[in-house]
Amino acid sequence: MPTKDVIVLADLLGTNKKIAADIRAELERRGILAVNLLSSPGAGKTSLLEQIAVRLRDTAKMAVIEGDIETERDAERIRAKGVPAWQITTGGACHLEAKMIARVLPEVPPESEFLFIENVGNLVCPASYELGERLRFVLLSTPEGDDKPKKYPKAFTTSDVMVLTKADLLPYLPFDIEKVKAEALELNPRLKIFVTSAVTGQGLDGLIAFLAGERRDLAARHA
Amino acid sequence: MHELSIVAGLFETLEAQARENRAARITGVTLKIGRLSGVVPELLESAFDMYKKGTIAEAAKLTVDVVPLRVRCRACGTERGVESYVLLCAACASPDLEILEGTEMILERIELESDDP
Repeated sequence: MPTKDVIVLADLLGTNKKIAADIRAELERRGILAVNLLSSPGAGKTSLLEQIAVRLRDTAKMAVIEGDIETERDAERIRAKGVPAWQITTGGACHLEAKMIARVLPEVPPESEFLFIENVGNLVCPASYELGERLRFVLLSTPEGDDKPKKYPKAFTTSDVMVLTKADLLPYLPFDIEKVKAEALELNPRLKIFVTSAVTGQGLDGLIAFLAGERRDLAARHA
Repeated sequence: MHELSIVAGLFETLEAQARENRAARITGVTLKIGRLSGVVPELLESAFDMYKKGTIAEAAKLTVDVVPLRVRCRACGTERGVESYVLLCAACASPDLEILEGTEMILERIELESDDP
């Protein structure tokens, strides 16, 4: 029986990377700054987005894609803030993939300046899938513990920004904020770090200013 | 645990390769998986065995070659293999390292069989 060896050398994530590159090019052409938010379940991704929505709504247009295994709950919370939101329910999959974003993209209003993509709550698998984002945020909430960056390194090495959330709980927790910053920077010296609270508003103005600056850079490059 | 989605994508490539090469069966598949690729070789093997039933690769043997992490220091140029994710150059302690290999997930080679003489 004739047999044959074929050298293929195909990236197993090649299809996803290609779709992500197309999405990135389209979003940049449209001047939309896309942010992919990663964290464990319950770290406060939706609460952060609600606070960003409140602070951006008078000055900028934003849209949100929500990823969850089940329910429309997160999209409903965002819509309640007057922001267009689409819910992707993965029906079990532990991460969003670029093809899921590509299906929603035609519905994102053309005048949008920001597109936030809230990934499925999971600090492992979403790190391997580009979605066409310009910036990747990893959120870490204080109750999760300050040992997480080294335990789940890929989420931190592939991100541009680390947002420490629930900083209002710091007085009650054995959470060493300097240690977590130092350990995250050892993994990824380019990481920008914001310490925030959706309850007190701590750190949110700085985060909004950073986002606005990134959006201006993007618009200037494609003007 | 996203190994099953990765294997589903792999099978699309396998089916396409088999068609292109007019093969009746795929008997061997070799993957190169970086130590820091984010997938676990054992779970990939289980997912592969689960997925292959009823496909053109039903009898295929999967080989996973694990690629260690190698980095190059942008400050002093030293290249070396590293064991952990904490990346500081061993020669000059600079954190400015370029990852050369160890994060890839590649379908390297397949072995095909055809029924035509």
